[in-house]
Amino acid sequence: MSTQPPEAAASARELTYAEAIREGLEQAMEADSRVFLFGEDVGVYGGAFGVSGDLVHRFGAERVIDTPISELGMAGAAVGAAITGMRPVLEIQFSDFITLAMEQIVNQAAKIRFMFGGKATVPMVVRLPGGSGTGAAAQHSQSLEAWFAHVPGLKVVQPSTPHDAKGMLLAAIDDPNPVLIFEHKLLYKTKGPVPEEAYRVPIGKAAVRRAGEDVTIVASSIMAIKAAAAAERLAAEGVSAEVIDLRSIRPIDLETIAASVRKTHRLLIVYEGVKTMGVGAEIAAMIAESDAFDYLDAPILRLGGADAPLPYNPVLEKAAVPQEDDIVAAALRLARGEA
Amino acid sequence: MAVAAARKAAPARKDQPKKEVSAQPASFTRDQDEHAYREMLLIRRFEEKAGQMYGMGLIGGFCHLYIGQEAVVVGMQMATKEGDQVITGYRDHGHMLVTGMDPKGIMAELTGRRGGFSRGKGGSMHMFSKEKHFYGGHGIVAAQVPLGTGLAFANRYRENGNVSLAYFGDGAANQGQVYESFNMAELWRLPVVYIIENNKYAMGTSVTRASAQTDFSRRGLSFNIPGEQVDGMDVRAVKAAGDRAIGHAHSGKGPYILEMQTYRYRGHSMSDPAKYRSKEEVQKMREERDPIEQVRHRLMEQWKMSEADLKKIDSAVRDQINEAADFAANDPEPDASELYTDIVR
Repeated sequence: MSTQPPEAAASARELTYAEAIREGLEQAMEADSRVFLFGEDVGVYGGAFGVSGDLVHRFGAERVIDTPISELGMAGAAVGAAITGMRPVLEIQFSDFITLAMEQIVNQAAKIRFMFGGKATVPMVVRLPGGSGTGAAAQHSQSLEAWFAHVPGLKVVQPSTPHDAKGMLLAAIDDPNPVLIFEHKLLYKTKGPVPEEAYRVPIGKAAVRRAGEDVTIVASSIMAIKAAAAAERLAAEGVSAEVIDLRSIRPIDLETIAASVRKTHRLLIVYEGVKTMGVGAEIAAMIAESDAFDYLDAPILRLGGADAPLPYNPVLEKAAVPQEDDIVAAALRLARGEA
Repeated sequence: MAVAAARKAAPARKDQPKKEVSAQPASFTRDQDEHAYREMLLIRRFEEKAGQMYGMGLIGGFCHLYIGQEAVVVGMQMATKEGDQVITGYRDHGHMLVTGMDPKGIMAELTGRRGGFSRGKGGSMHMFSKEKHFYGGHGIVAAQVPLGTGLAFANRYRENGNVSLAYFGDGAANQGQVYESFNMAELWRLPVVYIIENNKYAMGTSVTRASAQTDFSRRGLSFNIPGEQVDGMDVRAVKAAGDRAIGHAHSGKGPYILEMQTYRYRGHSMSDPAKYRSKEEVQKMREERDPIEQVRHRLMEQWKMSEADLKKIDSAVRDQINEAADFAANDPEPDASELYTDIVR
């Protein structure tokens, strides 16, 4: 089984995650005049994390629009533009601030297509820089993706590589449904192969990053990167781990996970969002309800964020989310029958 | 392209807009009066029928009737041109009817049937028609205000010359998203008219008990958005104000606020205990200010139409409503599979 998408393997050129997103935005805007960027400081400043960069100089302030600090109003305006057929790409400066726009995302964007009997669609993309690891404390570090995965009508993705960041962005812009893209802040500077052409990575398909026999590690966003590193160390310990990068949590690719569990008989789920009532609980329950349950030789384990707000102190902050060591330890317990 | 060059925004306005006072309403031609009469009557008869059907158990859930406020949407629609958009909250039947949406499809949505505009999935509050430029039908108080601002944003982006009419109530005017919208609309000179239908009560709370500033035309002052108070019971006053507001928005000057002083005769919804106002207050409005009676009076006195002429209009409207009601009562229920259509799988 391939561990990298073939098109990525064929490309020698490397970009950072942030550059890959910028290239995707640029290509989408070149191809379709209905695509515009909307967000706080996405224009002249170039985006809080530098993602939009110099796009305002390429496309002008009419298409790369600095909004006031009004998350709810701008989300609503983006939905309003989307129902006329425009293709807004909204950046929420820190994903935490989406709390201010919950009303428009949950009550309007997610509901409009269904409640109007298909008469309207909301082809809108929301980009959300999230996650911990930057010392930004409780109100600028959360991983809130599970909240939105609970809402029918939305799509929720978490690309972990520059390749997927660009490909899933372009797929999201094409999509007639509202798509939320949670981008981990620590990933922006990571590098990887990115093809130059405008390619799409389908939403709703997980990627098997590493094939293995002894334990399945399902992980999302930066945890998929940590899980891959953990798998290297596990191999040295004689444990063969299969690493699945979820990529999309709504829709979720249960089939890829179940097929892996049928093979390895052990499942570890790793995610940065708060463990309680999170993505891991849903995956564990889906496996428990599926025929893959019969193949399990050990309890399903979850590693998730602590039941506490993210702290500022770097030692505490690290302790609040799963780390590579935690993944190695949990996988070893599973593989050795100690779980 | 240089950022500064790409910006089209006009220099900041220095003059504080003075609150404008509605001029005497321009008089209507006979055709205009007749049109307004027919349209307002269509709404009223539709709403009366919906109320009856609710009582019969054919309509469930929420049903917010527009009776008393008809002049607002009829006058405003008379000021629009093809392409201008309408968006509103949940008291939306009148707004849909004036855009020309088929009463059959609206009533069948109220009864939750297959032939309803949303195939039974939206109900009274949630319908949409891109063909008629009606953008919903929204249930969260004031959510339509940023949406309507977004419609205007799209109009300006496309330079299509259309104006968006965003309707909301005196209650919605106290929601925060309204002011985020006002700021963006004026900042970007968006072609939007904010129409505040002040019917005096946010469900059961009177404006004086909920609003520090009860002159809603002033709600945009700190953003430099001009506004005016309008006699929303007089369709001519509404049309004249609509002409000014839409003209302002259309000419690139940005948003405009119209406070429509109107009155809802019926309860907030069908389950309203009506403990917050007196029967006399409602009765006085009906007798002295009724928007349909005002036009009816003109049609007879000024335009010399006979009772028989008016009866002809009345019975044509009744036929149309009865046809809609029959369709809505007999149209089949949606298939169970509709639960999983029009949704991400």
